[in-house]
Amino acid sequence: MSQRLVNWFKFASPASFYPLAGKMWPWFAAIGTVLAAAGLWISFFVAPTDFQQGEGYRIIFIHVPASWMSMFIYCVMAFWAAIGITFNTRLSGMMSSALAPTGALFAFLSLWTGALWGKPMWGAWWVWDARLTSELILFFLYIGYIALTAAIDDPRRADKAGAIISLVGVVNVPIIYFSVKWWNTLHQGASVSLTKAPSMAATMLWGMLIMALAFWMYSIAIALYRVRAIILERERHTTWVAELPEMQR
Amino acid sequence: MNWGSAGEFFAMGGYGLYVWGSFGVTAAALLIEVVLVRQRFSAVRRSLRRELAADRDTQD
Amino acid sequence: MKPRQKRLAIIVGGLATLGIAATLILNAFQSNLVFFFTPTQVANGEAPKERAFRIGGLVKEGSLQRSDIVARFIVTDTAKEIPVSYQGILPDLFSEGKGVVAQGVLSADGKFTATEVLAKHDENYMPPEAQAAVNKAHEATRTLKQ
Repeated sequence: MSQRLVNWFKFASPASFYPLAGKMWPWFAAIGTVLAAAGLWISFFVAPTDFQQGEGYRIIFIHVPASWMSMFIYCVMAFWAAIGITFNTRLSGMMSSALAPTGALFAFLSLWTGALWGKPMWGAWWVWDARLTSELILFFLYIGYIALTAAIDDPRRADKAGAIISLVGVVNVPIIYFSVKWWNTLHQGASVSLTKAPSMAATMLWGMLIMALAFWMYSIAIALYRVRAIILERERHTTWVAELPEMQR
Repeated sequence: MNWGSAGEFFAMGGYGLYVWGSFGVTAAALLIEVVLVRQRFSAVRRSLRRELAADRDTQD
Repeated sequence: MKPRQKRLAIIVGGLATLGIAATLILNAFQSNLVFFFTPTQVANGEAPKERAFRIGGLVKEGSLQRSDIVARFIVTDTAKEIPVSYQGILPDLFSEGKGVVAQGVLSADGKFTATEVLAKHDENYMPPEAQAAVNKAHEATRTLKQ
């Protein structure tokens, strides 16, 4: 038991996580690429035309996975924030700031693809309904996190401030998820949920799930790559960085 | 197979602009993110190498 | 100002701005959390009287009439109905028996003049053949009940 505990804390140090992240990211990138290729193939060549939206519904294959990832990444950031505040580990703040830009990107893509889907189907690029507005707030929370942590020079203090935003803002995630149930919204309800059978044809569902997995793998790969850069930036004056093989001539 | 020709594929049943606007921007955004992260990593590695080399030169 | 105080000011300022922004958004949001009112809610007087609001429901089967550029249809929630007139382009998914949300004003005689009409679709996605099978099954159960 104590042995396992020691091992976990070993990887919580930037010095041992840096090479581990370097070994892991290419695997996630490779799996993500294969899944994306399979997902795109299903999205365009296997999934049938929809009975009411024709070919326009195919936006779902990136809109839903991007929205899921934008919510999920925020939850992971809140998790790292809680770890950072509890155990005072340096790595947790670095993981949070490595995830934030990717989360912001997925929130943006969710809004962008939603606008392109809403215009032809609903008749509007944007409406102020509960689902759309709470997703916009999520995007602003990401931007707020990035701006606040960038404004504070001391990384440890920046991490603390960022952790507060992550933990406070995470209440917005269930609001986004349940908004379509709690209020009258123009946005339709969930097609996929834990409580009922999915209301989609099987091939459509598979396309969407595989694309979601591809986005997930991509997020892990890019966050590991970015955290390596952040570790080097923050630990530049330490001896272990100076002794890294890639720093020798 | 849903498509009779390449033209049909790109037209997306009249929703071409919306579908390709979504997939295109997503692909571009992810690609740009990868480029930016690679640049950030190689920038810090380059400056670190330069610093360490300068240190070694003064020590020698 | 010392750097320490400056940092503190930035953090407090940042959090305050975020808090104010969130309060403003949620406050503006509170009155609009209900995106639309159903015909029953309108009949019960729950909808705002003086300003424009949205109604939502189904387009009643057989109620759509187009004359020149004005479209007239009835929005129903199966309990109450509201006649709507709209001048403009209807969205692709607008059709009888489907969901609709219309923004506009309600006149004293209970007629709704819409300035914007949005189609509300459901969360079901399936190929046309599957939908035809579903319709057939509904038809079969209906004839069985009769």
